[in-house]
Amino acid sequence: MNNDIGELRKPEIRGPDRSPDRTGSIITAKDFSVYYWKKAAVSEVSFDIPARQVTAIIGPSGCGKSTFLRAINRMNDLIPGCTTSGLLSLGGQDLYSSKVDVVSLRKMVGMVFQKPNPFPKSIFDNVAYGPRIHGARDRGALSNIVRRSLERAALWDEVKGRLSDNALGLSGGQQQRLCIARAIAVEPKILLMDEPASALDPQSTSRIEDLIGELRREYTIVIVTHNMQQAARVSDMTAFFYEGDLIEFGETTQIFTNPTEKRTEDYITGRFG
Amino acid sequence: MLDGSFSTVGVIAIVLMFISLVILLGPIFARGFGAFVFKGTVEYRKLMLDKFGRGDRERIIAEVAGAAKTREPVYELMEQFRVELKEKDYDYRSRYGQPFKELEELVEDLFGPAPGSSMPVLVRGQYGQTRWDRANVKLGNILFIEEYDYSDSSKMGELVLVPRADLFAGTSLEPLFRLLESDIEKMMRPRTTVYWRFLFDGSYDSHFFGGIWPELLGTFYLAIGAMLFAVPLGVITAIYLAEYAGDSRFVSLLRTCISSLAGVPSIVFGLFGLAFFINAIHVSPSKSVLAGSFTLALLVLPTVIRASEEAIKAVPRSYKEGAMSLGAGKWRTVVTVILPAALPGILTSIIISLGRAAGETAPIIFTAAVSVGKPLALWETMSQPTPALPWNIYNLATEHEAVDEIRHVQYGMVVTLIVLVLLLNITAIVLRARISKKLRG
Repeated sequence: MNNDIGELRKPEIRGPDRSPDRTGSIITAKDFSVYYWKKAAVSEVSFDIPARQVTAIIGPSGCGKSTFLRAINRMNDLIPGCTTSGLLSLGGQDLYSSKVDVVSLRKMVGMVFQKPNPFPKSIFDNVAYGPRIHGARDRGALSNIVRRSLERAALWDEVKGRLSDNALGLSGGQQQRLCIARAIAVEPKILLMDEPASALDPQSTSRIEDLIGELRREYTIVIVTHNMQQAARVSDMTAFFYEGDLIEFGETTQIFTNPTEKRTEDYITGRFG
Repeated sequence: MLDGSFSTVGVIAIVLMFISLVILLGPIFARGFGAFVFKGTVEYRKLMLDKFGRGDRERIIAEVAGAAKTREPVYELMEQFRVELKEKDYDYRSRYGQPFKELEELVEDLFGPAPGSSMPVLVRGQYGQTRWDRANVKLGNILFIEEYDYSDSSKMGELVLVPRADLFAGTSLEPLFRLLESDIEKMMRPRTTVYWRFLFDGSYDSHFFGGIWPELLGTFYLAIGAMLFAVPLGVITAIYLAEYAGDSRFVSLLRTCISSLAGVPSIVFGLFGLAFFINAIHVSPSKSVLAGSFTLALLVLPTVIRASEEAIKAVPRSYKEGAMSLGAGKWRTVVTVILPAALPGILTSIIISLGRAAGETAPIIFTAAVSVGKPLALWETMSQPTPALPWNIYNLATEHEAVDEIRHVQYGMVVTLIVLVLLLNITAIVLRARISKKLRG
């Protein structure tokens, strides 16, 4: 385990995977802005997030990275006074056009939050929640989905004997993996992670990071993080946000070893933020 | 220093409250207990056999006969005096006629109708005293005359008990008093009786005998009926206010209205119920359980709304976000995640409101309550009024023609109501604890 972390610490081990099915962008932002009551939290960012890779968004507090992340599955809709301009598209479809069905969008784009937020229900019901609202009723099929999701979230072995226990009885790290299992149970294409390990202890954090490494084979992952080592360890691409602007976007190796922008370098080397 | 004195004041306040609660509830419980456990006389057993068909018929008939036998000397003495009175001169008759008549009535009060006399119409006249404590009071009335001594004009008249035997001194009736005093136990045969059916018996002759089932059932009907209307309406309103309404001026006006509604005196709700539900929209031709339930529902609605809204708002935002991020719509999020998490709070508000609805008097005076009635069948609640505990407590204590005779029924009702409300509150606490524990894992 410790060796793994040691290896993961080296940014070099993560580079963009250029195998054929991993190329091409899935999310495209073009002059995309998000406003809270006219104040821009994200202003005119343009970049492409590649499919089936891990893209990290880094930046100091209040830089708009979480706002951008939550724009992708339109969670910002819940916040009064939040509006957008420009284009944010998913697989070529404008996310903010009136034709978009938010329910099916969120089925396609799962989300894991900063603080583990399992529902006060059983472990089984937590994972089955998504499939159920999308129409799964058959108990056998649900059991399969729950098992597969928990396995993929590397939680199955720890909870298989007590699926009917309350999820709030799990440890913080287990709860967060449960939330990941809950998100992937609806078979999303994209997983958004909003500082998924910031509320966890180092060991749980490394398990979550391992899990991200596993999941990148199947999902496009966008992760917001405060922790630059984490971004370096887990991501293929990195975007650096500062005060609502996208300063630099590129391969993680390049951003961390040879940033083109002075501000990126300053932030990464810890001169501010 | 300040902290210390502050907590001292707090502790003193709590102790004072506890003491006053004990002082208040202690006597109520002690007296209310007397409705359930008391010394019943032979008359009580006779009544139970006649009216409810309870008890061993043979034994009770034998007991009644035995008691009648011990009472015979009393009636013989009285018959002898009656004859004597007829034979004596006018002076004698005018001296003893009226006191004797009074005595005859008092004896009838104690033992029931004399053998051979005609049966009174009212049930209360058909039996003697069924309770030993009341029998002793009646015996006291026979043995002593209450007179007031006004000799000292500077003071209030002082109560003096004059033995009635003095009145009849030297007549053939004189031994009667000693006989009554010494043999009253044989004549009444008091025996400790447990009457738990007090809760489930109908009453006879406006609560002279029997239990309080019509009142208890009426209270249940009214309280449950009120919740049937108040809970769906209240919880849906709370969901609207907490999740859908936003923060417009109209909504804050709405909230203010709901808060002020909670402060409206309950008698006003009662009058409103009469004016609106009965006179204006005619939910029933006159007072009915239905109209009373509507009125009580209005009364508890603000409480249900406010408490449910608070409970819903206290659900962590992250639950809602989690559900929405999985594609749940707003309504589904409310139903599957928010309501279950808010359930302990909502349930508490419901049960406390239930207790309030069960105990309210003023709203049902004009809309649902009558002083005497039969237990209603479910469908009759749509059109019939019902007796109910809170109203009947008031009614028996103030408007009954023989308040003193039925104290035990009043206290029995009070205790029943208190225990009912207490039980509801305990249920609320237990239920809340259990659900919260289940939610917390």
